[in-house]
Amino acid sequence: MNKMSFHLVKREPMVWYKNVFVRAIAIIASLIVSAVAITILTGKNPLEVYASMVSGAFGSSLRIWSLVQNVAILLCISLAVTPAFKMKFWNCGAEGQVLIGGLATTAVMMFLGDSLPYPALIVVMLIASMLAGIIWSVIPAFCKALWNTNETLFTLMMNYVAIQSVAFFLKYFVKSGSGVLAPMSEYGLPVLFGQSYLLNIIIVAVLTVLVYIYLKKTKHGYEISVVGESENTAKYIGINVRKVVIRTLVVSGALCGIAGLLLVGGTNHTISTTTVDGRGFTAIMVSWLGKFNPVYMVLTSFLIVFLQRGAGQVSTDFRLPSAISDIVTGIILFFIIGCEFFLQYKIVSTKSGKEND
Amino acid sequence: MLAFIVSSIRLGMAFLFGSTGETITEKSGHLNLGIPGVMCVGASCGCFAEYLYLSEVGPDANYFLAVLIPIIATVIGGAVMGFIFSFLTVTLRANQNVTGLALTTFGVGVSDYMIAETGPVYSKGSRFFTMTFPFAEDLGWFGEIFFSHGILIYLAIIIALVSSYILTKTRVGLNLRSVGENPATADAAGINVSRYRYASTCIGCAIAGLGGLSFIMDYLNGNWEYCIDAIGWLAIALVIFTVWKPSLAIIGSVIFGGLYIASSYITGVSFASKELFKMLPYVVTIVVLVFTSIRDKRENQPPQSLGLSYFREER
Repeated sequence: MNKMSFHLVKREPMVWYKNVFVRAIAIIASLIVSAVAITILTGKNPLEVYASMVSGAFGSSLRIWSLVQNVAILLCISLAVTPAFKMKFWNCGAEGQVLIGGLATTAVMMFLGDSLPYPALIVVMLIASMLAGIIWSVIPAFCKALWNTNETLFTLMMNYVAIQSVAFFLKYFVKSGSGVLAPMSEYGLPVLFGQSYLLNIIIVAVLTVLVYIYLKKTKHGYEISVVGESENTAKYIGINVRKVVIRTLVVSGALCGIAGLLLVGGTNHTISTTTVDGRGFTAIMVSWLGKFNPVYMVLTSFLIVFLQRGAGQVSTDFRLPSAISDIVTGIILFFIIGCEFFLQYKIVSTKSGKEND
Repeated sequence: MLAFIVSSIRLGMAFLFGSTGETITEKSGHLNLGIPGVMCVGASCGCFAEYLYLSEVGPDANYFLAVLIPIIATVIGGAVMGFIFSFLTVTLRANQNVTGLALTTFGVGVSDYMIAETGPVYSKGSRFFTMTFPFAEDLGWFGEIFFSHGILIYLAIIIALVSSYILTKTRVGLNLRSVGENPATADAAGINVSRYRYASTCIGCAIAGLGGLSFIMDYLNGNWEYCIDAIGWLAIALVIFTVWKPSLAIIGSVIFGGLYIASSYITGVSFASKELFKMLPYVVTIVVLVFTSIRDKRENQPPQSLGLSYFREER
């Protein structure tokens, strides 16, 4: 019996334009599927829906500023998780590390805001937020290095410990008992040229370059990729794996702490349990989709923020439940995740009678 | 005190469904971080089906259909989510963490959308799920604890026991565990790795979906709350807490349920400290996780290839 069957072969790395082409197809396919889904669910014209998405993201200068600000924060968290991820340390705890960094910032603003001169206050805020982020990331790293504790699960749990710490802090220290902390704008990060988000954006831009250099050009970055590729190889060539794991997570945690500082000190000037709002998880996808390359990550974080803000606009314009934005984001992510396969493998059909599984 | 135990059991069973489902999935080597999304979708599919059924038949709803239809809808909803996950991770070999997180985003979106369509109160349908044995009240505290529950509670325990038996005592369970420990060896022994991973993930997600249904219809008496995803993460925590054993999870889930609601039953604790109490299930899980890894006992470890995709042609 002549039966067609397939097997998979790993591809040679593709030329860059084919790479872009496959990804573009994936995004277009996902937009078509989302459009069909929206039309079935709501009976609206999908083209109008996409027009409203674009206006939601770029419609006014305020919207553009807020878009870029959101890209900056998401990118900052993605930069933070990238060194750990590249090492195949599945840090799912960025949510908590950012939040605890934000909490440290809040505490400094609240208790030292009056007693310290402004420049010293900013420095203390920076140190406190970084330290808090480091503590949250190093505990799992330490256990991973010493006893090989599963880091994915550990860091996930740490998220909730951070969330409950914030809930406790708010209930305990907010005098009114409402659990809502009024914004303390007077202690926030400095405002440059009258644009309140400009400093955040500059800081993240600088961090992007620094992380790129750290990962690509330094010895530390090299050790991270070796440990990520194969822990055994790393051991053979004399890399102290434990040290690299802990050191990398210190970097990761410190960057998360800075993200917390930017969120609390540079954006909200207050904190709540939902300040991070799932960005810690989204950042993981940004980092992975960007192939752990800070430059690509600028694009992927832009794509995701654009989708989320655009879809938010869609739901207000068409009076749809806001959940539609999560559905569309989910569908698009599935397609982008799925298209990686076609970049890495090719399907070869083998015309033969034998079972090829 | 009695009310506390009964509530712990009712909440705990939502965790039990989730953790049994996730245990079955993880035994095949799949770390499905989409469980929170799966539970959301399961719950909303079940609620939606119940809503349709009740608005169709009105007051003369039949008990069996009113219970069976949502359960079937939930199982299908959960299994579809499991299928998406396995298609991406097994067939397309995507990273499991990333796929799972995307699945959670998607699932929360889908369920919120369905709830926005029907409205968040299902007390009519919930009536059927909290219906219980008529003789429970005659037996005093014993009856309260063991016989005063709705059908999903018993279903959770039965599923946990059956899965525990299948995982540890049958050929299928042995094959499944070998796929999770070392897929290459399993493959060489003639086990179809892909089929086992597909099946275990779809079945696991179907079971986990029931956890969402149980949380809404039983524990919350049909009032939708937007915190099912937090329940989902706790279900994942419970898997670790009970070292991948569904039978232990029956007790573990009640403990978790108790820890989760302890803050509202303990008197003389300040409003703020209650938030610290809610931290307990997570802290306990961390302690267990670290402790089991320090002791390094072989039967208490995560499946060895947990979170890794398998590609036969790769070394």
